[in-house]
Amino acid sequence: MTLTPIERVERRGPRLLWPRRSPRTHEEGARGALIAAISTLVVFGGVIALVLSSDAWPRVQRQFFDWTHFKASFPKVLSGFWLDVEMFIIAEALILVIGLAVAMARSLRGPAFFPLRIITIGYIDLARGLPLLLLILLMGFGIPSLQLPGVPNSALFWGVAALIFSYAAYTAEVYRAGIDSVHESQRMSARSIGLTQTQSLWYVVVPQAVRNVIPALLNGFVSLQKDVALVFVLGVREGLREADIYNARTFNYTSYIAAAILFLLVSVPVARFTDWYTDRERHRMQAMSS
Amino acid sequence: MSVARLSVRGVAKSFEGREVLRSVDLEVATHEVVCLIGSSGSGKSTLLKCINLLVPVDRGEISIDGVAITKPGVNPNTVRQAIGIVFQAFNLFPHMRVIDNITIGPRKAHRIPRGEVEAQARVLLERFGLADKAREYPDRLSGGEQQRVAIVRALVTRPGLMLLDEVTSALDPELVGEVLGVIRDLKTEGMTMVIATHEMGFARDVADRVCFLEGGVILEQGAPVEMFARPHHPRTRQFLERIVDAGRL
Repeated sequence: MTLTPIERVERRGPRLLWPRRSPRTHEEGARGALIAAISTLVVFGGVIALVLSSDAWPRVQRQFFDWTHFKASFPKVLSGFWLDVEMFIIAEALILVIGLAVAMARSLRGPAFFPLRIITIGYIDLARGLPLLLLILLMGFGIPSLQLPGVPNSALFWGVAALIFSYAAYTAEVYRAGIDSVHESQRMSARSIGLTQTQSLWYVVVPQAVRNVIPALLNGFVSLQKDVALVFVLGVREGLREADIYNARTFNYTSYIAAAILFLLVSVPVARFTDWYTDRERHRMQAMSS
Repeated sequence: MSVARLSVRGVAKSFEGREVLRSVDLEVATHEVVCLIGSSGSGKSTLLKCINLLVPVDRGEISIDGVAITKPGVNPNTVRQAIGIVFQAFNLFPHMRVIDNITIGPRKAHRIPRGEVEAQARVLLERFGLADKAREYPDRLSGGEQQRVAIVRALVTRPGLMLLDEVTSALDPELVGEVLGVIRDLKTEGMTMVIATHEMGFARDVADRVCFLEGGVILEQGAPVEMFARPHHPRTRQFLERIVDAGRL
């Protein structure tokens, strides 16, 4: 069975670490792999040997990499980290939806939509112009302090709301870049078969736009996955807060390392996946244009 | 005398101060096929887009079956149901299968049930030799097939007027024939068409009338035999001579 170039690309699995260029012959490939393995061993082995042999290492190990402290702090940090994961999932889902709605509102044309465009531009400027930490403090402490009837008073709720407020604006701009990347003729063609402006956006432009910006959206995932930890300033007992509490009690930093490992366990695979996906899309586009 | 299917009166359009259409008058009777010829930038495409309300006119009036469609308050989406347009670059939606490309308009814009539109679409696909392509994505089709799908997409609402905008210009020479064949087919069954084209041989065969556009006005029009053999206007003569020199007639 012969495969089209697109199928060949789609069947390729994720290549995590190896460079894309394929070796010309088997021997060359084997030699390349050998050189890569040896140089990796030499470089990393050298660095590790240097660190371990330094005079300061025992102190570093005691403060940062202490197994007893790790075991003692890890369960608390892990249970707090689950709250980070929950916040991330809820916030990301809402960010994707709100960001798209804002981008679509901003992309509607015609004088009737002028007020809507002004509002979305104002919102995006505001949300992107303010430090995220300021927003979290302002909303997380500020709004509950008003004791408004019928409004949630939890710092956690408003902390996540601040994350959504800020990230949805960035995400809207990502979507908008995607919408602008779809050729004008697609919109015209959609209008020509009777679709309204909103229908043209929704059925024709947005699906293509989203596909074009998936790598950028995934980057946002990685970024948000770390930034959820910022709500710790509100006293929310998520992973970083738990690590902080442990450190305050023991003056040992291993709990922060435990939290760091957990964050990396989530963000590194997403980053690798983003690379793989971007690569696959680039090859798909090349296959299509050839 | 019966009302013209399409009537264009004094239509003018400028883009950023550049006058593309100065004052176009054109009447097209039901079942008539009119070819628009003229050099690139003469306003052929813009005129077709004005007729389909994709581009708003600055001045003048366009009527379909005696009803003015350029008046304020007319719903352009209803008008577009009665007018099919096919573009030079096919403009199929790459993320949809052929069948969805064809049916999305009627289903979403005119709320016609999926079953009904698909049945109609399959009849048309069958007729144009595309029956086995319904489930394919556009990038798996040849240019000629894509353009035929685009024609089916324009036909599926059963329009009373088809506008074709240089539909063969983006095709490899060996694929031009299959698309022109489809258009000849449409003429045989009495479709009213306005065709912007650079294919002079085709215009001569298929057109009831040929209009030469230049500088945003119709400079000369007439039966193809007349126009191609004895053009009156010096500009028309010049244009046709260049075409003959290029081996296109």
